[in-house]
Amino acid sequence: MKLLYFAWLRQRIGTAEEVLELPREVATVAELVSWLKTRGPAYAEALKNPKLVRVAVNREYVPFEHAVKPGDEVAFFPPVTGG
Amino acid sequence: MIRVQREDFDVGQELAALTRDRTSIGGVTSFVGLVRDVAGGEKIASMTLEHYPGMTEKQLAEIEAEAHRRWPLDAVLIIHRYGELKPGDRIVLVACASAHRDAAFDACQFLIDWLKTKAPFWKLEETPAGPRWVAAQASDDEAAERWSR
Repeated sequence: MKLLYFAWLRQRIGTAEEVLELPREVATVAELVSWLKTRGPAYAEALKNPKLVRVAVNREYVPFEHAVKPGDEVAFFPPVTGG
Repeated sequence: MIRVQREDFDVGQELAALTRDRTSIGGVTSFVGLVRDVAGGEKIASMTLEHYPGMTEKQLAEIEAEAHRRWPLDAVLIIHRYGELKPGDRIVLVACASAHRDAAFDACQFLIDWLKTKAPFWKLEETPAGPRWVAAQASDDEAAERWSR
């Protein structure tokens, strides 16, 4: 699975992009977030407040209960501030 | 039409190109967003816009399509810049052309309101105290909310 991070999430996690092999039991965005938080303090810190984290799967906004599968592009980022 | 680019744009040229040879158009409205020199009481030296290439274009195209569904528009143009910008620089242009002004005014406001809450851009401001990510504004969510149905 390709994971992308933007803005302060990218800075706190320390990478813009990574490809990870997910454990079989990770089937939703929420489970993916929980699993990522176990990967180290930087992930736990960046993802600690779900209210400040938006998620896109294959470039569409999705809620935390949305399903994820191998091959998806999953992006994590703060609420947007363009315009 | 959607463009996401680092380069500046010329508003006059863009509006002229949008309406060229389309004599059914009776009016064009436009919104130009600029970098302010002060935010949250602090002086801004520069602002860097980050975005999500691919998703940005997809979201902007969806917003444009929604405007076409809601109003009788002859043409829509959205240009959004990324990269490092200085106070006074142009950030975004939204332009709507229609036979009549009401559709053009409403669609233009709709587009900028929706863009602000949906297009994946993030602003990093350089302040005297160091770089600071701009926080999303509840007022922007409320502005977008009035168009939801």
